[in-house]
Amino acid sequence: MPANYLVPLSQKFGDAVRGEEFRDNLRVIVGSDKVYDVLKALKEQFGFNMLCDLAGIDYLGYPDATDRFGVVYSLTNVSTGERIFVKTFVNDPDPELPTVTDLWRGADWMEREVFDMFGIDFPGHPDLRRILLPTEFTSFPLRKDYPLRGYGERHNFEQMTRAEG
Amino acid sequence: MPVELLDPTTEAGADREFLYTLNFGPQHPATHTTLRLILTLDGETIVKAVPDIGYLHSGFEKLGEDLDFNQYVTIVDRMNYISPVANEIAWHHTVEKLLNIEITPRCKYIRTILAELARISDHLLCVGAAALDLGGLTAFLYAFNEREKIYNIIEQASGQRFHPSYTRVGGLMADVTDDWIKLIRVFLESFPKVHADVVRLLNRNKIFLDRTRGIGVLTKDEAINMSVSGPVARAAGVVRDLRKDEPYLAYGELAGSFKVACSKGGDCLARYLVRMEEMLQSYNIIKAAVENLPSGPVNIAVDEKLGIPDKNATYRSIEGLIQHFEILMWNRRFETPVNEVYGANETANGELGFYLVSDGSAKAWRARTRPPSFIHFAIFPHLMEGHQISDVPAVLGSLNIIAAELDR
Repeated sequence: MPANYLVPLSQKFGDAVRGEEFRDNLRVIVGSDKVYDVLKALKEQFGFNMLCDLAGIDYLGYPDATDRFGVVYSLTNVSTGERIFVKTFVNDPDPELPTVTDLWRGADWMEREVFDMFGIDFPGHPDLRRILLPTEFTSFPLRKDYPLRGYGERHNFEQMTRAEG
Repeated sequence: MPVELLDPTTEAGADREFLYTLNFGPQHPATHTTLRLILTLDGETIVKAVPDIGYLHSGFEKLGEDLDFNQYVTIVDRMNYISPVANEIAWHHTVEKLLNIEITPRCKYIRTILAELARISDHLLCVGAAALDLGGLTAFLYAFNEREKIYNIIEQASGQRFHPSYTRVGGLMADVTDDWIKLIRVFLESFPKVHADVVRLLNRNKIFLDRTRGIGVLTKDEAINMSVSGPVARAAGVVRDLRKDEPYLAYGELAGSFKVACSKGGDCLARYLVRMEEMLQSYNIIKAAVENLPSGPVNIAVDEKLGIPDKNATYRSIEGLIQHFEILMWNRRFETPVNEVYGANETANGELGFYLVSDGSAKAWRARTRPPSFIHFAIFPHLMEGHQISDVPAVLGSLNIIAAELDR
């Protein structure tokens, strides 16, 4: 059962890790300073060899939230099919997390997307730049303080004539 | 896109001066959808490929935070528009996991049939379009003709051909009729012949084989390390299929009727062969599911307070009327647990997952999508290195990149 991972993890990292279970998801909540070590241990010692997903969440205004941003790493053990979710929090003014691109190459674009949408920095990432939005874009649209209809980027977008193109 | 990527002189060094840069797309027939590649070429050989995406970005995930769980299904539809029903099923699978809803057996079977039809539809397009790009038009026409029948089946059930928005929290928009079953039986009769035709057209076609064998090779370790899932991973030897590993819907009960198609090749040909085999397995699932389709209600009971009651319940019972009102009024809706959950389905392209964070209202706080196309396109530069420029359509076709899902 996935719950078995919590005991060895807390032996290794002490109080830094905390477990949570909801439906069939086992979540490990860990501080942003230990997250790289926990992910590395999960990959190398516990066989979670695939980074299935990397999601950013903005908790601004969320009930009982104490931190601004959450980042969730969904790990999968391909041979047993087990999943574990590692969740960490980062805060303003400089939200940053160590990159995991050296553990999983698949993290490359996922981290770029989190950077693009939330402005969370990943020091050590080989090519951290915007991926879905244009390079000139200045806001981070999936933050909760960004309005649904934007700040008018769309209709103020600089138009290029055929002659200039 | 930064300017330095467009500048070939930054590739460094006098010995690399013979390299040149080619802009491929965003409007190019071989990319099918709006993708752009910046290729650094040495003659015809690709030294470096840099994808530039985002042309179709429309903020789906932001919209998911503004629409409720039933409304967002119309947006989810438009992600992988080649197999839209599969996206809807994956989305409501996650929502139902959050709300702890056990859907009715009939609903499970209907969703299973639709998901497998969507898989066949997606694979037919992928295989057909891959052949088209490599010069085989006939297979494409055969495949498209068959996809039309799947659209008819989906239209019969939902009234919509392309974006059916057919699932709801706890059930479906409407129950299916006997005519729907008849259409599926007609499809089941014609499909093996079309499949055999495509096999005969492509499997021993020298041009097709030469242009796909050994092209875009992905090894098993790379596939796992680069988060690849679905047919692309299975073609590289990763034995993983959520239908078997985490049985959802009716796949647990129908487990005897299908096998997981895998290959060790990892190249474009292996991906093509895996897709062809998966279509046959999907055919077996549909056949078994239609024969065992349970009767009974298709939506969860009205007193569970979570589903939209059907017309009969709304107009003929006071509980149904109240429930209908509660669900549709903006200031009412239903309560959800303040928690977060990840749910994933095996769609045609791979693992389509949703990380759903709920703040207790009927709207998602965050509806993160794990889009398989996005993750598969990330491996594209790796697959392309050292290949010829004419291999670009072959690899793109075998990965089946759907730009709407890629950019969301």
